[in-house]
Amino acid sequence: MAGLFWLIPLVPGVSAFALLLFGRRLSRRWIAWQASGAVFLSFVLTAGAFAHLGAAGAAGLSRTLLTWIVSGMFRASISFTFDELTAVMALVVTGVGFLIHVYSTAYMAEDRSYSRYFAFLNLFMFFMLVLVMASDIVLMFVGWEGVGLCSYLLIGFWFERPAAAKAGMKAFIVNRIGDAAFIIGILFLLANVGSSSLAAINAAPASGLLGPGLVTLVAILLFVGATGKSAQVPLYVWLPDAMEGPTPVSALIHAATMVTAGVYMVCRLNGLFAASVTASTVVAWVGAITAVFAATMALVQNDIKRVLAYSTISQIGYMFIGCGVGAYAAGMFHLVTHAFFKSLLFLAAGSVIHALGGIQDMRQMGGLRKRLPVTFPVFLVGALAISGIPFLSGFFSKDAILTSAFAGGHYVLYGLGLAGAVMTAFYMFRLIYMTFYGEEKATLTPGHAVHESPRAMTVPLVILAVFSALAGLLGLPVLFGRRADVFGRFLEGVLGPAAHHLAHSTEAALILAATISALAGLGLAFLFYRRSPGIPARLAHRFPGTYRLLLGKYYVDEVYDAAVVRPLLGGAGWVYEHFDLKVIDGTLNGSAAAAGLAGKGLNILQSGLVRDYALAFLMGAILFLGFLLL
Amino acid sequence: MIPPAAFLVLAALLFILGIVAFFVKKDLLTQFMAVEVMLNAGNLAFLALAKALGKADGQMVVLFVITVAAAEAVIGLAIIVLIFRQRKSIRTDDLKDLKG
Repeated sequence: MAGLFWLIPLVPGVSAFALLLFGRRLSRRWIAWQASGAVFLSFVLTAGAFAHLGAAGAAGLSRTLLTWIVSGMFRASISFTFDELTAVMALVVTGVGFLIHVYSTAYMAEDRSYSRYFAFLNLFMFFMLVLVMASDIVLMFVGWEGVGLCSYLLIGFWFERPAAAKAGMKAFIVNRIGDAAFIIGILFLLANVGSSSLAAINAAPASGLLGPGLVTLVAILLFVGATGKSAQVPLYVWLPDAMEGPTPVSALIHAATMVTAGVYMVCRLNGLFAASVTASTVVAWVGAITAVFAATMALVQNDIKRVLAYSTISQIGYMFIGCGVGAYAAGMFHLVTHAFFKSLLFLAAGSVIHALGGIQDMRQMGGLRKRLPVTFPVFLVGALAISGIPFLSGFFSKDAILTSAFAGGHYVLYGLGLAGAVMTAFYMFRLIYMTFYGEEKATLTPGHAVHESPRAMTVPLVILAVFSALAGLLGLPVLFGRRADVFGRFLEGVLGPAAHHLAHSTEAALILAATISALAGLGLAFLFYRRSPGIPARLAHRFPGTYRLLLGKYYVDEVYDAAVVRPLLGGAGWVYEHFDLKVIDGTLNGSAAAAGLAGKGLNILQSGLVRDYALAFLMGAILFLGFLLL
Repeated sequence: MIPPAAFLVLAALLFILGIVAFFVKKDLLTQFMAVEVMLNAGNLAFLALAKALGKADGQMVVLFVITVAAAEAVIGLAIIVLIFRQRKSIRTDDLKDLKG
C-alpha cells in the first residue's frame, strides 16, 4: 500500500477530469459520492503511507514518475516524496479536504453548477497534493500555480455576480506579483545549484553552491511568492475579497490548505531559509507585522466571513513568525491546528449563513444560540481554540511559536505576537456575541425559517470540533516532559530539533502570559458586546479617525488602486489608443485596403464575355509567337 | 505534285478563318465550329510537314488530335445543349455570369 503513495494526488485528479468531461450528464448523488470518495481514497492512501513511514527510513518514500524537461544540464522530473513533513501536510489536506467535500454536498445542494463545483474542488485537491508531495521545485511550482488557478475558479464560482468575478481576478493578479518573484527565485536556484530537486536546494548553502548573499536573495524572492499565496503584508489584499466564493471553498482553500502553502514551502526549504539570518528575520517580521496588522482590521469588520478572513491572514502571520525564528516545527504545528479550527469556524459560519438564507452581516444576526444547537457549540470550540484558551489546540500551537520567539531573544516579535493574541480573542468573541447572543433580529429573509443545517454539514463540524479541541495534545510544551512534543519529534528528521530550551519557570511564565492575554481579549469582548454594548459606539465616537482607518482597512486597497492599478490602467489605455488603434490597426487596415484596391483594378479585366477572354488569349499567343520569331 | 508550302498556306488561311469566325460570330455553336476549323488547320499543318519531312510522327499526332477532338466535341456539344436548356439561348453575349 505504501508503494501506491504516488497515487495520492492522482486519484482526485482523475476524478476532476471525469467530472469536467461528463459532469453534466451525472446525477447529483453520483457526483457527490465520486468527488468525496476520491478524496477519501486519497486520505486512506495517505494514512497507509503514513503508517509505513517508520519502515521507510530517513529519506521517506520517493518515486520518480518521469523526467519531464531535459534541456542541457537542466532536468526537471515529475517525482514525489513522502516524508514526515509531507505526511503531516497531506494528512491535513486530505482529511480536512474530505470533511469539506462532505459538507459541500449539502451546502451546495441547490446550486445549478453542482458538477462544476466538485470538479474544481477535486482539481484543487490534485494540485494541492502535487504541491505538497513534489520533490522537485519546478513540479512544486506547477502545484503552486495550479492551486492559484483553482482558487481563481472557485472565488469566481458565482461569476454572474460582478463582485465575485472581480474578486477572482484580484486574487489571481495579486498572486501573479508574488509568483513572478517566485519564478525569479527558482531561476536563480536552477542557475546556481544546477538541480531542481528540493533536497539538493536544501543542501546547497552548506555545500557552498550558493553564496551567503545569493542564499538571502533567493530566500527572499521565494518568500515574496509566499506572501502572495499566503496573504501576507503587502500582498494580503486579495484574501478578504476572496470571501465572495462559496463558504466551503473559503474553508478549504482560503483557510486550511492553499493559503498555508507558503508556510509549507518555507518549511520544505528550511535548509535554505535557515542559512540566511537576513531572510529569516524578514520572514519573522513580515509575519509579526501581518499578525498584528490583520488582527486590528478584524476588530471592526461586520461581515462574518471577513472577520475570519482577516483572522486567517493574522494566524498565518504567526506561522511565519515561527518559521522566521527557526521554529519550523512550531510553525507547522500552528498550520495543522489552524487548519482544524479555522476550517471549523468557516464551515460553522457557513452553517450560520445557510441557516439565515444568505445573510453575512453580523449586525443583522443575534440570538442564534438556541436556534442552532449544533453550530453554536462547535463554533464556540473553534473560537476558544483560536483564542488560545488553555488546553485547546490553538493554545499549544500559538504558545509554541511565541515561546520559540522569546527563547530566540526576539522580544519585540514576542510582544507583537502577544498583542495579536489579545486581539484574536477579542474579535473572535465579538463575533460570537454579535452572532449568537443578544436579541434576535427581525431582518431575516421573509419566508425563511431559521433552521439547523442537515447532517452532512453538522457531522463534519463535530469531527472538526473534536480535532480543534484535542489536536494540541500532540505538541505539548517541554514543560510537560521532554518527550511530550510528539509533533515536533516526528518532524525532527526533516525540520531539525527545536533550537532553544528555556528554564521551566520561564516557560511556565510565558504560558501564563499567553493565557492571561487570551482571557483579557475574551473579557474585553464580553465587556464591550455583552455587558455594556454602548462602549464600542462611544469609542468609535471618541476616536473617529482610528475607527474610520480600521473600518476602511487602512485604505490599503485605495492606495494600491491609486499607486498601481490606476497608473497601469491609464498606461494601458494610452498604449491602446496610440499604439493598438493607430499603429497595429492602421497597418492591418492599410494592407487590407491596398489588397482591395488592387482587386478592384484587376476587376476590369473580368468582363464575363467569352470574346474578351479569347482576345486576351489571342494577344498572348501572338506576343509569344512574335517573341519566339524575333 | 503540290508543294508542301501550299498546304501550309492553306492551313494558315483556315486557321485565320477560324479565328475571324470565332470573333465575328455570336452564338456558341458557330464559335464551336470555328474552334474545330482551327483545330483541323493545325492537323493539316502537321500532315503537310509529315509528308515534307518523310516522317510518320506528324501523322500519329494527327490521329491523336482527331481522337481527342471527337471527345471534346461530344463534351462541348453536351455543354451547349445544357446551356440552351437552362437559358433558352446560346448567345455568348448573354452568358456573362463570370463578370467580376
